[in-house]
Amino acid sequence: MRFLLVEDSDDLAAAVVSRLALDGHGVDRAATLLEARDFLDSAPYDLILLDISLPDGDGRDFLARERQARRDTPVIMMTASASLSDRVSTLDRGADDYITKPFDFAELLARCRAVLRRHAGAADSRQHFKGFTFDALAATLTIGDETRELRARELRLLEILLSRPGQTYSKSHLIDRLFSFDEEVSDNAIEVYVGRLRRKLDGSGARLETLRGVGYRLIPE
Amino acid sequence: MRRFLAARSTGFSLRGRLVWQFVALSLVLVVALFFAVRLAAERASRASQDAVLGAAVIAVADAIRPVDDGLAFDLPYAAFSMLGAMGNERIFYSLSIGPRHVSGYEDLPPPPVPAEALSPVFYSADYGVNRLRLASVTRRVLLEDSLREVTVVLGQTRYGQALIARDTARIAAWVGMGFLLLAVPMALLAARAVIGPVDLLAEAVTRRGPQDLRPVRHPAPRELLPLVGALNGFIARLRGALQMAETFIFEAAHRIRTPLSLVRTEAEIALAETSDEATRIRLRRMLRAIGESSRSASQILDHATVLYRSEQFEPEPVDLAALAAGVLRALEPVAEMREIAFVASGLDQPVRVQGDGRMLEVALRNILDNALKYSHDEGRIFVALRRQDGRTELTVEDEGRGLSPDDGDLSGRFRRGSNVGEIVGSGLGLTIIEEAATAHGGSFSLKPRAEKGACAILSLPSSPSPSA
Repeated sequence: MRFLLVEDSDDLAAAVVSRLALDGHGVDRAATLLEARDFLDSAPYDLILLDISLPDGDGRDFLARERQARRDTPVIMMTASASLSDRVSTLDRGADDYITKPFDFAELLARCRAVLRRHAGAADSRQHFKGFTFDALAATLTIGDETRELRARELRLLEILLSRPGQTYSKSHLIDRLFSFDEEVSDNAIEVYVGRLRRKLDGSGARLETLRGVGYRLIPE
Repeated sequence: MRRFLAARSTGFSLRGRLVWQFVALSLVLVVALFFAVRLAAERASRASQDAVLGAAVIAVADAIRPVDDGLAFDLPYAAFSMLGAMGNERIFYSLSIGPRHVSGYEDLPPPPVPAEALSPVFYSADYGVNRLRLASVTRRVLLEDSLREVTVVLGQTRYGQALIARDTARIAAWVGMGFLLLAVPMALLAARAVIGPVDLLAEAVTRRGPQDLRPVRHPAPRELLPLVGALNGFIARLRGALQMAETFIFEAAHRIRTPLSLVRTEAEIALAETSDEATRIRLRRMLRAIGESSRSASQILDHATVLYRSEQFEPEPVDLAALAAGVLRALEPVAEMREIAFVASGLDQPVRVQGDGRMLEVALRNILDNALKYSHDEGRIFVALRRQDGRTELTVEDEGRGLSPDDGDLSGRFRRGSNVGEIVGSGLGLTIIEEAATAHGGSFSLKPRAEKGACAILSLPSSPSPSA
C-alpha cells in the first residue's frame, strides 16, 4: 500500500515510515498540511494517515476541505488525545477511521485494510506470485479458477512472507508480527497458522518450507 | 458506592428541641397564669369582704351613743348577717373605752396602729385556732363630761373565702391543663412548619446523584440561605477542582502519548531487526508495558469523560442499536486480528433510550473491549439488544476464560479478576461502565456464563427518569 503520513514530529514520522516499510508499504511523509497538499497533487495514495494538530492548522479542517473538494482518498486520523469529542468530530468531518497514539501497527494495518475494503476498487491490492494471486483486501488466494478465502492470521502471515519471498523468518519473529504483545503466546501457536496456510497454498506453485530450528520461508516449488 | 458521608450528630434533633421548648414554655406560662388567677381572685374577694367588714364595724361604732348614765350599745344584727353571707363564718367583737375592755371578747388582737378618723383599719391575726380578718374603728364619745376614745374591733373567719379561692384555683388549674394539652400538638405542628423546609432541602440534596454537582436551586427559607449559599460555594469550588483535574488529565494523556508512540514504534522496529533472543524478550516486555500504559491512559480519559458528563447529565433520545452497531464497527478490525467474530442480534432496528449518547458509547466500548480482551482467539462474542419488562438490555457474552468463583465483585476501581494472567488491563473499565449505567438509572452486571466465558449485561430503563 502507498501511504501519505502527515505528522509534524520528525522522530515519530521517521520511526513510523521505517516500521511500515518493514511490512512492505511505501510511505511519503509530509510535515505540514501545505506539504501534504503538494504530495496529494503529485501522486495517488491508497491512504492518508493524518495527525490532528499540525504546525499550520488542524488536520480535521484539512480533511473537511478535502471532502468538500470531493477528494475521497481514505483518511485515518491519528491523535494523542483520545478524548471522545475528538473522535466524534473527526468521524463527523469525513475521516474513515481513527486511531489513538501510541498504536499497535498490526491494528493500524488491520484498520487500513478495513477502510480500504469499504472503499472497494480504490486500491489494487493484488499480488502475483508463481501460480497464485493474493488479494489482501478481499482476503483471497486465487489459484487458476479456484478462489480460497484466507482468515486474518493466514492473510497476515502470507503478507509477511510475500513481502520478501525466499527470506527465512524465525518463529519468534512471526509471533511478534502476528500476535499482539498483550497476548501470551506459546511458540507452537504459529505452527497452527503455518499448517493452515500451507494447506491453502496447495497446488499454487509456491511452498511454505519449514527449516527445522530456524524458521519458515516461502519458496517456489 | 457511598453516596454521602454521615455528618457527626450533636445528639439532639432540632425538631425535638423545638417541641420541648414550646411545651416547656407553655408549662411556665400555665403555672404563671395559675398563680396570677389565684392571686387576683383572692385579692378581689378579700377587697369585697373587707368592704362588708368595714361597713359592719362602722355600723357597730355608729350604734354607740351616749345616754345619761353611760353608753348605749346595740349589736346591729343586719350587719353581722351580711358577714355570714359567704358561709358559716365565726364573728368576734370587742368594745373598749380607752384601755378598758367593756364588752365582747376581751383578748381579740388590737389593731397594729390605732385607728384614726372615720375609716376603719384592717389587719389579719391569729386568734386561738382561727385565722381572723379584723377591722377596727375608733370614735370619740362624750362620756362623763370628757371625750373618751371608744374602740370597736370586729373579727371574722374567712373559711368561705378560702373555699372560693380553692374553687377558683381548681378552675384555673383545669384551664391550665387544657392549655398544656393543647400546647403539645400545637408545638408539634409548629415544629413541623419550621423544620419542614429544612427537611425538604435535605431531601432535595440527598436525592441527587453521586456525580451531580449542579448548584442547589431548591427554594429555601431566608434563614437557610446562608447555608445553601455556602453549600453552593463549596459545590462550585469542587466543580472547579474537578474541571481542572479533567483538563489536567486530558493534557497529561496527550503529552505522554506522543513520546510513548515514538518509544513503541522504535521498539517494534528494534524487535523486527534484532535476532538476539535476550534482547527480543526485553523488547517484548517493553512493548507490553507501553500497551498497558496507553490503555490506562485511555481508560483514565474515559473515566474523566463519564464523570464530567454525568455531572451535567442532560438525557436525550439515543438509538442504542445504532450506537452499539457503530462501536462494533469500530472494534471490528481489532477483533478480526484475533479472528474473533461478533455475532449481533437486535441491532437492525432502532432501540431508543433516554440518555447521554457519548457516555453510553464509552460504556459500550468498554464492555466490548473487556469481552475482546478476555476472549480466546477464534472465539465468538454475542451481542444482543432487547427490550424486556420496561427495560432495555444489552447482553455481551464471550467464550473466554470467564470469571473465577472467588472474584465476587469485580467492579471496584483498579481491581481485576484473579485469573487474568498476562492480559493487559488497568481494571478501570468496569468502574467506567458501572458509573455510566448508574448515571442513567440503570445497572451493570458481569457474571460467569453457564457454558464458558462471561456474560455482561447493561440494563437501562426504557424511558428512564433522570437520576439527578
